[in-house]
Amino acid sequence: MVGKLLLRGMLVGLVAGILAFAFARVYGEPQVDKAIAFEDQQAQAAGAAPEPEMVSRTTQAGIGLATGVLVYGAALGGLFSLVFAYAYGRLGSLGPRGTSALIALLGFLAAIVVPSLKYPANPPAVGNAETIGYRTELFFIMIVVSIAAMVAAVGLAQRLWNRLGAWNASIVAGLAFLVVFALVKAALPDINEVPENFSATVLWQFRVASLGIQLVLWTVVGLGFGAVAERVVAVRDQRSPARRYA
Amino acid sequence: MSDTTFAPSYGPVAIPVRELLPWAIFAGLMLMMAIYFVGAEEGATSLIRGTYVHEFVHDGRHLLGFPCH
Repeated sequence: MVGKLLLRGMLVGLVAGILAFAFARVYGEPQVDKAIAFEDQQAQAAGAAPEPEMVSRTTQAGIGLATGVLVYGAALGGLFSLVFAYAYGRLGSLGPRGTSALIALLGFLAAIVVPSLKYPANPPAVGNAETIGYRTELFFIMIVVSIAAMVAAVGLAQRLWNRLGAWNASIVAGLAFLVVFALVKAALPDINEVPENFSATVLWQFRVASLGIQLVLWTVVGLGFGAVAERVVAVRDQRSPARRYA
Repeated sequence: MSDTTFAPSYGPVAIPVRELLPWAIFAGLMLMMAIYFVGAEEGATSLIRGTYVHEFVHDGRHLLGFPCH
């Protein structure tokens, strides 16, 4: 059962990765190229020798990007299926497609949107090489805290469900999540390593593209996995797939 | 008539944690390793010597939102 879900999750993630790669090629790569042009120009102005290319730009923007996004997509789909395997049947009477869509929505918010509000994606030329360890650490702390807060919020909503009703319980849990986020955002140090004259437009468009790639991934996984999982769990639930779940 | 019943109430059946746990641990670990290689290897930490992995997945790492360099 779990194995079946896991395999399907990874396959759906792979499909999501292919679509996200296409999105990244069209909307992301132009911004990466502009950022690298800026980087080269700065290096030249400083009289530094151009950085030797170990991997060509064509490879980085082609097979390299594809590998990164596809592996990420498959891994995301796999982890998603494991979360689904736990959540399914534990979120009231929510059926497989609803469970999958809800996990995707909350997961996208907790793992991507909220951490990126504190530590947004940066194009090449933005970020000091000496602080990479520090920045990576903070980035992962932010993700872990945000996901933990979301899990706690869902638990809180379930606890209050009967007493307050579905809507009010969810609003209270949502507010609790926001309070935790506000506190963590205030507690963790800010990072701003954008070079003085870096184009604001390129930075903005790069970040929007980056968020767009994640949106493609999570939407395809959330909706696609629900459709695939429906057939797997219907057998266990002894329900013909024709009979729709809530 | 013994095989006709009232309209049965179907609902989602949860997977027991006992059944889920081994999968969650082993597959979860492998999948997180995969994300680590795309997102952070040869950046903040390095398991493999050199910078080839970093350079190869460079664009993906930036665009997926990981701190790169």
